[in-house]
Amino acid sequence: MLAPNTALSAEADKRAGAGAPVVEILSADKVFPDGTRALAAIDLTVASNEFLTLIGPSGCGKSTLLKLIANLLEPTEGRILWWSGGFHKVGTRGRSIAFVFQDPTLMPWARVETNVRLPLDLARMSAAQSRRRVADALSRVGLEGFARHYPRQLSGGMKMRVSIARSLVVEPNLLLMDEPFGALDEFTRNRLDADLVRLWWERKLTTVFVTHSIYEAVFLSTRVIIMGAQPGRICKVMAIDEPHPRDESFRNSPRFAEHCRALSALLTEVSVEQMRS
Amino acid sequence: MRPLAQSETFMTVAAPLAVGVLAVALWEIACRSFNVPVFLFPKPSDIAATLASDWPTLLAALGMTLRIALQAFFAAIVIGTLIAFLFVQSRAIEMSFFPYAVLLQVTPIVAIAPLIIILVKNTQVALTVCATVVALFPIISNTTLGLRSVDPGLVNLFRMSRAGRMQTLWRLRIPSALPYFFGGLRISSGLALIGAVVAEFVAGTGGRSAGLAYEILQSGFQLDIPRMFAALFLITLAGVGLFTVMVGLSKLALGAWHESEVGADA
Repeated sequence: MLAPNTALSAEADKRAGAGAPVVEILSADKVFPDGTRALAAIDLTVASNEFLTLIGPSGCGKSTLLKLIANLLEPTEGRILWWSGGFHKVGTRGRSIAFVFQDPTLMPWARVETNVRLPLDLARMSAAQSRRRVADALSRVGLEGFARHYPRQLSGGMKMRVSIARSLVVEPNLLLMDEPFGALDEFTRNRLDADLVRLWWERKLTTVFVTHSIYEAVFLSTRVIIMGAQPGRICKVMAIDEPHPRDESFRNSPRFAEHCRALSALLTEVSVEQMRS
Repeated sequence: MRPLAQSETFMTVAAPLAVGVLAVALWEIACRSFNVPVFLFPKPSDIAATLASDWPTLLAALGMTLRIALQAFFAAIVIGTLIAFLFVQSRAIEMSFFPYAVLLQVTPIVAIAPLIIILVKNTQVALTVCATVVALFPIISNTTLGLRSVDPGLVNLFRMSRAGRMQTLWRLRIPSALPYFFGGLRISSGLALIGAVVAEFVAGTGGRSAGLAYEILQSGFQLDIPRMFAALFLITLAGVGLFTVMVGLSKLALGAWHESEVGADA
């Protein structure tokens, strides 16, 4: 996840400015060994500094698409290009991609700081450098006082924060999140969403986010991709053209409700089309 | 709630102790009031007296049995862990060899012990081999299961971080396997002792090694029943001791994080 030139290429990306492609997916298909056609003819470009959300019914291949972007799966057909500083690279080597899973996915035997430091340890970063980064990541998710705790001593929301801190330490130029707050109660989810969108804004992250929640998609995203199932494909794209950084006042604004209604209508349209076919 | 915590301690320590004391007292009273002869069923006080008078011989016997049990236990840990690591390298290896590990488990030790004692010249070594065979299986099966029971999310995380094989082993597979491994140790430590005693019984009076089983056999021949009980008592004590040590070790290793060792304070 962390190669020596990561910081440099991240810099280059930021200089290239918003809108430069980070990942390009070119007519990708994914067929699983059991014959399930999970994705068909996916064309998608993730642009630098955008908050892209994938939404759709269960089984529409959102998570599969995210795993393709993470290079955890390979496409059956088509190509995926990872761009870095104006050059595309085959494979993710030299890129820093962080993945936040549905579950916190922490090592129960390790303290919070060790969990957060894991990607840096695996990349054999020096202790001094990683200590600074871990402290920074923990303070960004508001867990400064919990470095010496074990995961079992934390609440579900705090565990998820640890997981996010772990994804931030690598200073990713691409942050992938697979329904990270799906298992949390609504209050905690709203708070974490607000923190996430602030982090995304402050650190100029490029994020691809998977969710089932219309509210979450509208609150967070700059662009929403609506997917359909059988086979998984991109049906509609909706831009959420609202100023950042967003906070609770946006959630309570009439504009927010309007976007939610529009997105909901699009989702209904997609599912009706699907019923018909 | 303080009073509840106090009564909790009382329940776990004092209550079983009270039952034990009561049982021994009843035993003593029953033997005395019905005048049961010592060679049929000795009183606790007779057993205690034998323990006191035959202390040097019994202690030496206990030492011998414990030595064999511990040697076998350590051998089982080393061999069992190595086999488990071999098994997780590939499904093919596990599939081909696991049935033979099961064979080891289901064959009664009393049935193989004579063979081992004939084949291995040194009695000590023969006894250790017998006990090792008994203690081996739980370590193999538990450690294999543990090494395979890794959170798939963490496996993906390690893959995405491009962790090497050794990094994944040390930082992920071994820690994940520890709770299972310690579970195996608890079972295996008891089995090593049982294996040692059974092997001594089979070896009988032939060997010069005089373990606790030998003492029991001898006492049987001489109708020295209190001594038989005393030896039995020491075997039980050794078993409880081993188990307690294993529980302590597992608490030491897992206490901070694993559900099985985390108390109500969590």
